[in-house]
Amino acid sequence: MDLDDTPAEAAFRREARAWIEANAPHELRPWLERSAYTTLELPGDADPVAVQKDWQKRKCDAGWACIDWPKRYGGRDASPTQRLIWEQEEGVFRKLNTLFIINLGISGPTIMACGSDIQKATLLPPCASGEHVWCQLFSEPSGGSDLAGLRTRAERAGDGWIVNGQKIWTSGAHDSDWGLLLARTDPTVAKHAGLTMFMLRMDSPGVEVRTIRTIHGQSEFSEVFFTDVFIPDHQRLGAVNGGWRVALTTLMNERSFAGATVPTGFEELFDFCAEFETDNGLAIDDPRVKSRLAQWAVRSSGLRYAGLRAISLEAKGQEPGPEHSIGKLVAGSMMQEIAKFALDLQAEAGIAAEIEEAPCAGRFQAMLMQSPSTRILGGTDEIQRNIIAERVLGLPPDVRVDKDVPFDRIPTTSR
Amino acid sequence: MLEKHCPTTTVRAILDGEADFDRETWSSMAEMGLCGAAIPPEFGGLGLGHLELCVVAEELGRALAPVPFDSTIALFSEILKLAGTEGQKSRCLPRVAQGELIGTLAQSESIRARPGAISSTVAGGRLSGLKCPVMDGGCADMAVVVAREEDDMSPTLFLVELGAPGVQRDPVQGLDPSRKHARLIFDGAPAERLGSRGEGLEVLSHAFDRAAVLVAFQQVGGAERALEMARDYALQRVAFGRPIGSFQAIKHMLADMLVSLTLARSNAYYAAWALESGSAELPVAAAAARVSATAAFQHCSTNNIQVHGGIGFTWEFDSHLFYRRSNLLALSLGSQSQWEAKLVDRMRLRNAA
Repeated sequence: MDLDDTPAEAAFRREARAWIEANAPHELRPWLERSAYTTLELPGDADPVAVQKDWQKRKCDAGWACIDWPKRYGGRDASPTQRLIWEQEEGVFRKLNTLFIINLGISGPTIMACGSDIQKATLLPPCASGEHVWCQLFSEPSGGSDLAGLRTRAERAGDGWIVNGQKIWTSGAHDSDWGLLLARTDPTVAKHAGLTMFMLRMDSPGVEVRTIRTIHGQSEFSEVFFTDVFIPDHQRLGAVNGGWRVALTTLMNERSFAGATVPTGFEELFDFCAEFETDNGLAIDDPRVKSRLAQWAVRSSGLRYAGLRAISLEAKGQEPGPEHSIGKLVAGSMMQEIAKFALDLQAEAGIAAEIEEAPCAGRFQAMLMQSPSTRILGGTDEIQRNIIAERVLGLPPDVRVDKDVPFDRIPTTSR
Repeated sequence: MLEKHCPTTTVRAILDGEADFDRETWSSMAEMGLCGAAIPPEFGGLGLGHLELCVVAEELGRALAPVPFDSTIALFSEILKLAGTEGQKSRCLPRVAQGELIGTLAQSESIRARPGAISSTVAGGRLSGLKCPVMDGGCADMAVVVAREEDDMSPTLFLVELGAPGVQRDPVQGLDPSRKHARLIFDGAPAERLGSRGEGLEVLSHAFDRAAVLVAFQQVGGAERALEMARDYALQRVAFGRPIGSFQAIKHMLADMLVSLTLARSNAYYAAWALESGSAELPVAAAAARVSATAAFQHCSTNNIQVHGGIGFTWEFDSHLFYRRSNLLALSLGSQSQWEAKLVDRMRLRNAA
């Protein structure tokens, strides 16, 4: 493992740094630095969507938007190592990519892998530039971890499909122009065999978005309802009833993306403990605090170096593997433990959660309320462990009572 | 090579027997140049650096090889390279490279195992005191002994021939009898200063960082093997009409073991890079590798027994060999909590710089 830049990498880093220096919205830096674990904090008059679209467009015009994509779709054919260098240089401005998480991590790669030439040529460039914002319409009230159990139906109608049903846990649905939709096209076959992937315009008649308020008081998730929504057949992605294969491509990208970016809160905790005075002196001088810090330190560094190793394997042409599940699994629960630990040190002062009153501007209080969702979305901790056990260690799948049963014969309590 | 030369029957022969270590494996290693891999050519070694040693260490860890690698290569040889005079190095290192000299470090003094509480003393070139437990103390030809010179507060390192008069050695039953330990009693044994007077602990601290990286690779190798044993058993053992590896309780246990192993391996690779490149990151990287690898090996060896159920805690079955070794290695360079404290202190220093 060589961690120093080669001369070519160093030159690339200089180029990236110079462009960012000349073009980034530096006036937003102080706001971005403090918007760590909730939604973007921006100056009062700034529209978060407009600010993010502007940065994405500026990057895209100069070829920095999604640099490891092919040039013809808005990228610059960069290597995984160059992508890492760019991400390091983009630094705090990466927080302005939140709106495009689905574009860059999910829809884009899936269309690239499974789309027709026409679909790729028409949909990928505006996906790269941020002109279109994408959302992912997969999870349902009856199909979360058991995604293939979803019930939203798409039925043939002339040169297209009529969709009825409901999705849930959709991030950014209100701001989205397009959605990647997984729907059931044949309920008479086994559940994985009757699904098809579609690309839906969110302004189609019959689409209704309702906001979900989550435990940290934010509203980044929605429910999406479909009532006789028409989707033309040319917006189908992949084969009819071939949707599960497309979804697996998507989920692999989602995990790869999530594993690379889930924060742990460790650096914040370390700085906090180095400065926080308890009755017995600085928190960090307490051997019990040291012990916990050290345990999290090696998990945090282990994740970082595992990420670097994965990138160098990718650079040698290997697909992102299920090993990425490890990143998400470790980081999610670690943030939750760290939040509880920091609050315990703060004692009663930790009850206050507002920025002006709480220690560290309420950072750990925000982590406490954020972390439960991190451990669930994009595949729960338990699903990640199943993936690691089955795909890395080669253990047999669980006994599935619904495996070879036609979907419409699977017992349910809610139908 | 090790799977052929050193199956667990070899480990058991040492565990149950009187022999100090497996001489056949050790001489094969010497013949292949592995004992002197990181010893400079002018002292009879291959001068390859530490990456090769890390690879060797991982394989030794997988095999639980009962050879004096930690004592002779990771500690004795590294301490000599750091602090020895040309004369001391040319007297000892070529013999280490040839596999002819077993060396060790004698630091702990029974219950007073902390380096700050050393009571062994040297006066007029004669060492007196008690050291226990000393790894390979029963068979080692030479030891680096930590002692205070006359009334010094800070300890100094000394080179001591263990075959000399004034040295008594007795075997000590240990946690892991596949690696032998001894009690050494010195009564006026000839001792030669190694490094500067009063600077013993500084040298040891550097040497322990280097040894910690090598031991971390052994721990990673052992953890991986323990995980493989548990995985193989989970695939093969059937209960309630299905392989137990299809139960999520078992799957999740194994997944968590793989997570520990992956984190430990990544930290170890980074520390190997820091060691090989002479990076200023070594103190933090070595401590992180140590803490991570200790946790992973203990985790995997403990759960390996749990996955096996009743057979896992029988003497006949191999899982206790890994359980023993993981708990020996967790203590042999200092405890987990000592390394945790070192890691955090060093991160503070680095962040302040």
